[in-house]
Amino acid sequence: MKLVTAIIKPFKLDEVREALSAIGVQGITVTEVKGFGRQKGHTELYRGAEYVVDFLPKVKVEAAVKSELLEQAIEAIEKSANTGKIGDGKIFVFDLEKVIRIRTGETDAAAL
Amino acid sequence: MKKFCAFLALVLSLVFAGATLAQDKPAATPDKPAAAEVKKEEAKPAPSTVNKGDVAWMLTSTALVLMMSVPALALFYGGMVRSKNALSMLMQVFVVFSLVTVLWCVYGYSLAFTEGNAFFGGFDRLFLKGTFDSAKGEFANAATFSKGVVIPELVYVAFQATFAAITCCLILGAIAERAKFSAVLVFITLWFTFSYAPIAHMVWFWMGPDAYTSAKVVDEMNGKAGWLWQMGALDFAGGTVVHINSGIAGLVGAYFIGKRIGYGKEAMPPHNLTLTMIGAALLWTGWFGFNAGSALEANGIAGLAFMNTFLATACAVLSWTLGEAVFKGKPSMLGAASGAVAGLVAITPAAGNVGIPGAFVIGVSAGLVCLWGVSGLKKLLGADDSLDVFGVHAIGGILGALLTGVFNDPSLGGPSFPVDWFVGTAVPAKDYSIAGQLWIQAKAVGVTLVWSGVVAAIAYKLVDLTIGLRVNEEDEREGLDTAAHGEAAYRM
Repeated sequence: MKLVTAIIKPFKLDEVREALSAIGVQGITVTEVKGFGRQKGHTELYRGAEYVVDFLPKVKVEAAVKSELLEQAIEAIEKSANTGKIGDGKIFVFDLEKVIRIRTGETDAAAL
Repeated sequence: MKKFCAFLALVLSLVFAGATLAQDKPAATPDKPAAAEVKKEEAKPAPSTVNKGDVAWMLTSTALVLMMSVPALALFYGGMVRSKNALSMLMQVFVVFSLVTVLWCVYGYSLAFTEGNAFFGGFDRLFLKGTFDSAKGEFANAATFSKGVVIPELVYVAFQATFAAITCCLILGAIAERAKFSAVLVFITLWFTFSYAPIAHMVWFWMGPDAYTSAKVVDEMNGKAGWLWQMGALDFAGGTVVHINSGIAGLVGAYFIGKRIGYGKEAMPPHNLTLTMIGAALLWTGWFGFNAGSALEANGIAGLAFMNTFLATACAVLSWTLGEAVFKGKPSMLGAASGAVAGLVAITPAAGNVGIPGAFVIGVSAGLVCLWGVSGLKKLLGADDSLDVFGVHAIGGILGALLTGVFNDPSLGGPSFPVDWFVGTAVPAKDYSIAGQLWIQAKAVGVTLVWSGVVAAIAYKLVDLTIGLRVNEEDEREGLDTAAHGEAAYRM
C-alpha cells in the first residue's frame, strides 16, 4: 500500500477528486496549507506598508491506495492538477505500513 | 409699522407651527430706525421657539453620530489590526466612548459650552444642572444659527457628547496593539479635559444669534465667545476640534508609546478588510448626522452640508484609488475605505461653509494628500502610527480647514459668513479676502496642533510615569485580546 500526498493549486481540487474517484480511489483527506516552492510569493500593499507574502495557499490531498493502483493514481493527479504554469505543486509517495478501519477493525486492503 | 407687524406675523406663523403666539408686540421699539426694520427679516426680540422638525433631525443626527463610533469606527479600526488584537480595538472604542459620554455629562459639556473665558467655559452646567426645571416642567434651550430658533439644550448636549466621544476614540488607532487598557482610560480622561473641552470652547462657543440684539452689543457678545471663534475661524463640524485635535494627539502618542514589536520587520497586515469596509461605509452614513446635523436645524444649510459630505467622499474614494493604481500599481479596498474617511474628514470643517465646487476640490485633493500622508509623510515622521490617525485625520483636517477659507468665498460658490451677527447678511464676494480667511484658518490649525500636542505630551508622560503606557513584551506578543481581556475574537 502507498500513501500519495499531493500539493496542488486550490482551485484544482474538484478535478483531482473526480479523477481519483474515477480510477477507484475510495477516500481522500484534504487540508488547506501554505508553502513555497519555485513559484515565488507576491507583495501586498496596505496603505504605505509593503509586505512580501512568501507562503502561498495550496491544498494538500492525501490518498491511501493499493500498490497496484499507484501509477494510475499518480497519473490521475498529474493530469487533473496540471495547468502548465509554475506553482502546480508536487506529488509525494510513501510506503504505507498498516491501515485500520476504526468502526470494524478491518485492516490493510480491506480497510481501504 | 403695520406692514412690519403683518410681515412678522407671517414669519412667525410659518416658523412657529403650533407654538403659542401669546406674546406682546416685540417690534414696538421706538428708537429703532424704520429702514433697519424693513431690511431685517428677524424681529429684534423675537420670541425664541423650538421647531419640531429641527428637534427630530437633531435627535436623528445624534444617533447617527453615535453609530460612527460604535460600531463604525470600532469595525474600521478592528479590521485593520492583527486578529490577536481585534477585540481589544473594539473594546477600547466601546469603553472610551462610554467613558467620555459620562465625563461629558458630569463636567465636559459645562467646560466646553458655557460662558467662561476665551479658553474654558464655566461650571454652570455640572451634571447638566439647569437643563431641565422639573418644578416648572420647562426645558432650557440652546441657540442655533437662526435668530429666534432654538433647540432644547439637552438635545444639543447629546449631539455634542457624541462628538467629544468619537474624537477621543479616534486617537486609539495610533497606539493600537500595544497600549495598556487602564493607561488608555486615564490618558483619555486627561486629554479630554484639557484639550477637547477647551478646543471645543475656543472654536464653537458663542452667545448665539439672539444675543446680538443691537449693533452696540456686537463687540461685547463677540468678546464672550471662544478665542478661535473671535478670530473668525470657520469650522462647520470639527476639522480643528475633532480631526486635527485627535490626529496630533495620536501622533504624539505613537512617539511616546514606541513602535510595536517587530514593526518594519514582521508583516502586520490588516486581519479583516471586510470589517474595515463595513466600518468605513457606516462612518459615511453616520457622517451625515455629523456634518448635516452641525447645521443644528433642518434647513438648506443642512442640505448643503449633506450633499457636500456625500460628494466630497465619493471624490476622495476615486482620487485615492486612482492614486494607488498610478503610484503603487493596484487600487485596493483598504485604499477605497481610507479614501472615504479622508474625504469625510476634509469636508467636515467645510460642509456647510462651501458650495458644491468646494466639495469637488476638497474631496479630490483629500484622497491624494492623505494617500501621501499614510505613505511618504509617514516615512518622514518615523513613528508607528498604527492605523494612520495622523496621516488621515490630522492631514485631512488641516487640508479641509485651509480649503474652507478658500471655497467659503461667494465667488467660488461658497455661502460666505455673516458681516456680524446683528446685521446677519453675508460678506459679499467683492469684500471677501481669501488670503485673509486662509491666514485665520491657518492660525486656528496651528493653535490646535500646538495646544493638543502639548496637552497630549504631558498627559502621556504622566500616565507613563504612573501606570505605564504599554503592556509588557510577553502580552504584546500574545495579543491584547487574551492578555488584556481574557477572550478571543476568533476560535478554531
